[in-house]
Amino acid sequence: MKPGRKIILNIIVVLIAVATFLPFLWMISASFMQAGESNSYPPKLIPDNFTTEHYENLFGRLNLTTYIINSLLISLGVTFFSLILNSMSGYAFAKYRFAGKKKLFSLLLSSMIIPGQVTMLPVFLTLKNIGLINTYWAIIVPGMASIFGIFLIRQFAMSIPDSLIESAKIDGAGDVEVYLKIILPLCRPILLTLGIFTFMGTWNDFLWPLIVMTDSSMYTLPVALANLMGEHVQDTELMMAGSVITILPVVIVFLLLQKYYIKGIMMGSVKG
Amino acid sequence: MFGKTKINVLLLFLGPSLLIIFSFFFLPVLAALLLSFTDYDIYALGNADYIRFVGINNYLKLLEDPMFWTSVKNTFYFVLVGGPLSVAVSLGTALLLNSKLVKLKGLFRVTYFLPVVTTLVAVAVIWRFIYHPRFGLINYVLSLFGIGQIDWLGDPLYSMPALILMAVWKNFGYNMIIFIAGLQNIPEDLYEAASIEGASEWQQFISITLPQLAPTTLFISVITMIGYFQLFAEPYVMTQGGPLSSTLSVVLYMYQEGFRWWNIGYSTSIAFMLFLIILIGTIIQFRLQKES
Repeated sequence: MKPGRKIILNIIVVLIAVATFLPFLWMISASFMQAGESNSYPPKLIPDNFTTEHYENLFGRLNLTTYIINSLLISLGVTFFSLILNSMSGYAFAKYRFAGKKKLFSLLLSSMIIPGQVTMLPVFLTLKNIGLINTYWAIIVPGMASIFGIFLIRQFAMSIPDSLIESAKIDGAGDVEVYLKIILPLCRPILLTLGIFTFMGTWNDFLWPLIVMTDSSMYTLPVALANLMGEHVQDTELMMAGSVITILPVVIVFLLLQKYYIKGIMMGSVKG
Repeated sequence: MFGKTKINVLLLFLGPSLLIIFSFFFLPVLAALLLSFTDYDIYALGNADYIRFVGINNYLKLLEDPMFWTSVKNTFYFVLVGGPLSVAVSLGTALLLNSKLVKLKGLFRVTYFLPVVTTLVAVAVIWRFIYHPRFGLINYVLSLFGIGQIDWLGDPLYSMPALILMAVWKNFGYNMIIFIAGLQNIPEDLYEAASIEGASEWQQFISITLPQLAPTTLFISVITMIGYFQLFAEPYVMTQGGPLSSTLSVVLYMYQEGFRWWNIGYSTSIAFMLFLIILIGTIIQFRLQKES
C-alpha cells in the first residue's frame, strides 16, 4: 500500500464529515446571532454579538412550549401503545400455531408496498366523523400498531427457545404470564429498537400531523416550524433557533441509544 | 408449539393490532379505491347526498390534467436522478468507512448518520437559508471555485437539483449502514484468493464486491425508490412546489387537491396512481435484478 493513499482517503473522509456537519454548525451559530446578522457575506460561523433572544422569543411570545408538549405526548403515546400491541402480535406470529398464519403474515408484509398516502383521506374522514380531529388520538390511534413493528418483533421472538416457554407452561404459567414474565424481558433489546424507531418517526413526521391538526394549539413541532416559516421567512436567526429546538430531542435520543437504532436498520434489511 | 392455539388466546394477542391495521390501513385502502370512483368534494363534505358515482372519470381527467403530468415528471426526475445518486454516495461512503486505512470509523459513522435522524422539516428550513442566493453557504463555497451566484430555489432549472442535493445529504447515511453490514458479510478469503491471482483492486471491486452486494443493493434500491416517490415535505417547506411548478411532486399535488381544495375523489385517484407507479417501479427493479 502506498502511504499517500492512506492520507488521501482520510482527507476525503474528513471532508465528507465537514459537509455533513456544516449545515448543523451554521444552524446552531446563526441561532445565537442578532437579527439580521446571519445575512452577511461571506457567511459567518461565529456570532459577533452572542444573544439568546430568539430562544426567549420562541418560548415566550411564540408559545413553543405548547408544541413541544404536543410532540412529546403524541410521540410517547404512539411509542407506548405500539410497543404493547406490536410485541403481542409479533410474539403470536413467532410462536403460536394457527391455521392461515403464513398467509396472514405474508399478506401483511406484501401490503407494505402500498404507500401510506393512499389511506389518508378515508382515515381523515373517519376521524372527523368520530370527532378525533385536533386531538392527540388522531395521531396515536392509527399509529398504535404497525406491520413493520410486528415484523421486527417476530424476527426477534423466533430466536427465543421453545423450551423456555414449555417449561414455564409446565410450571403452570398461563399465556399472559408467559408473555409478561418471559417474552417481554427477553425482548428488551428489540423493544428498545422499535421504541426508538417509533418515537423518532412520530416526532419527525410531518404530513399526517399537518392534516389532522388544523387548530394551531394542537400543532406538533414540525408543523409549527413550517407554519412559523410562512410568517417569519426573513427572520433567519429565529428560524434557526426553532430548528435547533426541533432537532435536539431526536439527536439526543439517537446519540444515547444509537446501538439499538443501528441494529434495527440491519434487522429491517435482513429479510426485506 | 404445542399444537393449535385456543381462539381466545389468539384474539387476545393478535386482535388489538390486527384491528388497528385493518381499520386504519386495509379498510381505508378499499375505501380510497371506492372514493376514487366518486366525485366526493367540498359540497359532499357537508351533505353526503351530493356524492355521485362517476366510474373511472377521475382517472380519465387525470390523464388530461397537465398539472398531474408535471407532478409525475418532477417526481420521476427526483427518483431517477436522486435515487441512484443517493445509492452511489451510500456505497462510496460505506467503502470508505470499511477501509482498513481509515481511522476513527465510529466517529465518522455517527457524523454521516446524523442527518438521517433529524427532522426533515427542520432540515428543509435550514437548507432554505443555505441556498440563499446572496448569503447562503452553498453559493459562498461555489464562489471559492469561481462559480457565480445561482438562485437555487428561485430558478426552475436549479430547484429540483437543489432538492435532490439536500435529500441525498439527508438520506445517504441510512443506506450506508446497510451497505457496511453487507460489506462485512463478504468472506475475506475471496479477496485473498483474487489478490494472489494478481487481480487489481478495481477488478476485485467489479468481480467480488459488487456481485456479493447484489441482494443488498436490490433491497436498498427498492426502499430508496419507494421513499423518493413519496417526496413531499421538501417542496412543501422550501418551494411550495414552485417556481413555475418545477418542484410540484405527486404527493404534494395529492395533498393540495385533497386537503386544500377538498376534491376528495380526485385526490384519492392521484394516490392510487402513485401506488401504481411504485408497484410498477418495484416490479421492474426485481426483473432487472433477475436478468443480471
